[in-house]
Amino acid sequence: MSGHSTYNPTTGFGKFMDARMPIVRLVHDSFVSFPVPRNLNNWYTFGGILAVMLVSQIITGIVIAMHYTPEATMAFDSVHLLRRDVSYGNTLQSWHAVGASMFFIAVYIHIFRGLYYGSYKAPREVLWILGVVIYLLMMATAFMGYVLPWGQMSYWGAQVITNFFSAIPLVGDTVREYLLGGYAVGNATLNRFFSLHYLLPFMIAGIVVLHVWALHVTGQTNPTGVEVKSKQDVIPFTPYATVKDAFAMVVFMIIMCYFVFFLPDYLGHADNYIVADPLKTPAHIVPEWYFLPFYAVLRAIDFNIGIPFTDIVLIDSKLGGVLAMFGAIAVLFFVPWLDTSDVKSANYRPTYKIFFWLFAINAVFLGYLGSRPAEGIWIPLMKASTFWYFLHFIVIMPLLGWFEKPLPRPASIADAVLAKSSSDTAESQAQS
Amino acid sequence: MKTVFTKFTSKFSAVIVASSLALAGSTFASSAAEDEGGTPHYPLMKPVEQSWSFAGPFGHYDKAQLQRGLKIYTEVCAACHSMNLLSYRNLSALGYSEQQIKNYAAEYEVTDGPNDDGEMFERPALPNDRFKGPYANEKEAASANNGALPPDMSLLAKARAPERGFPTFIFDIFTMYAENGADYIYSLMTGYQDPPEGTTVQDGLHYNPFFVAGTSLAMANPLSDDIVEFDDGTKSTVDQQARDIAAFLTWAADPNLDQRKQRGFIVILFLIVFAGLLYFTKKKIWSDVAH
Repeated sequence: MSGHSTYNPTTGFGKFMDARMPIVRLVHDSFVSFPVPRNLNNWYTFGGILAVMLVSQIITGIVIAMHYTPEATMAFDSVHLLRRDVSYGNTLQSWHAVGASMFFIAVYIHIFRGLYYGSYKAPREVLWILGVVIYLLMMATAFMGYVLPWGQMSYWGAQVITNFFSAIPLVGDTVREYLLGGYAVGNATLNRFFSLHYLLPFMIAGIVVLHVWALHVTGQTNPTGVEVKSKQDVIPFTPYATVKDAFAMVVFMIIMCYFVFFLPDYLGHADNYIVADPLKTPAHIVPEWYFLPFYAVLRAIDFNIGIPFTDIVLIDSKLGGVLAMFGAIAVLFFVPWLDTSDVKSANYRPTYKIFFWLFAINAVFLGYLGSRPAEGIWIPLMKASTFWYFLHFIVIMPLLGWFEKPLPRPASIADAVLAKSSSDTAESQAQS
Repeated sequence: MKTVFTKFTSKFSAVIVASSLALAGSTFASSAAEDEGGTPHYPLMKPVEQSWSFAGPFGHYDKAQLQRGLKIYTEVCAACHSMNLLSYRNLSALGYSEQQIKNYAAEYEVTDGPNDDGEMFERPALPNDRFKGPYANEKEAASANNGALPPDMSLLAKARAPERGFPTFIFDIFTMYAENGADYIYSLMTGYQDPPEGTTVQDGLHYNPFFVAGTSLAMANPLSDDIVEFDDGTKSTVDQQARDIAAFLTWAADPNLDQRKQRGFIVILFLIVFAGLLYFTKKKIWSDVAH
């Protein structure tokens, strides 16, 4: 797909470098002459947006770390002194905190775009799996970052989430103690979380390189789901994709700045403006919004699974909840094989398209349920919504591939594009 | 093995039946859940939305109002509540001169040291000192108030934000609503009332349906008409005091608000122009390619 390199060094220095370390050739082939399908829509711009968000988070994070004190009695105040007394500290801290949320908004759109256009199907399974690994690392990074301001939600969120690990049979408590550096969340926890929060983004960056590499081997999918067949189907990355991604990025940045400057607390939680107090549990402990669907899955399993007619419990509700929650992410790894259809794009899969949107609505609803207390009507709703989440991947996806009758697909991308543009011209001619 | 499976499936089919029923009835049931649910939901009454000078894209603090708020804090709240994140020098944002701030700070004695003899000593506070709290430490604060620790007020306006509920929280994005904390403080300050019949209030607590964590709170109604005399001649009603202290605490929690909103306006204006230029560049570049 990446094909023949078209880079042609002209200057003496260019030729010198090209014979020794062809880094300019690499950049040229990857981001200038790299062929992209000509029919990519705006949903395909989120990959670039995510790359920018990662860099933005790393840069703001490094500067914040210069002002932050990872010590339990000083962490909370150090964040607020940064906001109050440091030039641009207020903007910087908001940018990083809101940036985390925007990062997740972008990654969710990116994942759903992949699910809609079948971006996980052969030959892109490894590309997809690398993406899921990035998503997992992002979740770990975001969780540990949220602990650092050492507010009430930081502290109690850490308490709840590290408790998951104690559900693992036999070694659970040991794992939890290593994670916490003690028997409860404390200064040792804060120190190691700070260290790991600094480390993980660079691991993400490393896997992003692999993700982009895999992408450049297979090439991008496109809204028709038909693979690139000839030069007619593609255009060079620069200037076409570059300018398109840049425009999308700036629009995304406008939305981000709206939150950073006008609603900096909208995406956060008020309780995190109260300093962590190990003796006072908040009325409702809720994670950040981007974890809410998984939090609902966790709490949906409130029953033990055991051997019937005996009192033997195989999986208690706690382990069951944790397994379901991690399962909800783990199932994404198997999506390339759970989807049995050859047709990539949902545009040509009328039934899958309906189920895709049902799944998307259900996922948002699951997020809303995650913010509700586990009581009354919310518990059966959490169960139903969780059930649908897994049903979609484990039953609906495999079955649809066998039973669904896809619509006829265009022969090539160029065909699809030209058919569309000629019908457009026909229409405009008919109108005039 | 088979029994395990049957139990599993029966459990799941029960879940499906229950949940489909639940889904069908969810529209009306969701409100019912609040009544029958385990833990009651506080506050009993949501904060009453007020109009604030610092709301909206061009919002800014009203310095006269903040000065009145400071006076209320100094004469009423500061008897119990600390304000640890603020320094006296921050008061310049309220329009006070350097000398006025020095005078204000000098009324407090702070512990400094050790001096060259190795001894701690008391001296009048300077503008770069943090606000001196009423108690030596949290234990003393709690013990002086029957075990109920008066919270530090530096971030109170951000730390108290009762849930807005669906769908209001979605509209809030577009209306730029971020004054939940101020509305809460205003409502709490004006919300003290006799408990309705049938509600018992524990000894030492005071009924207030706006309180975020219960039906009543340890703090007695702190405000009353003319408890503070305003220097600018504003009539000192409870309503006015509540409004001014809410504004002052909002400033204390978010002192950079004016600057943040101005900066945001410029940044977004720039980005919109930039986006426009990129849009036309893109249009030009893509004009020769059918897509």
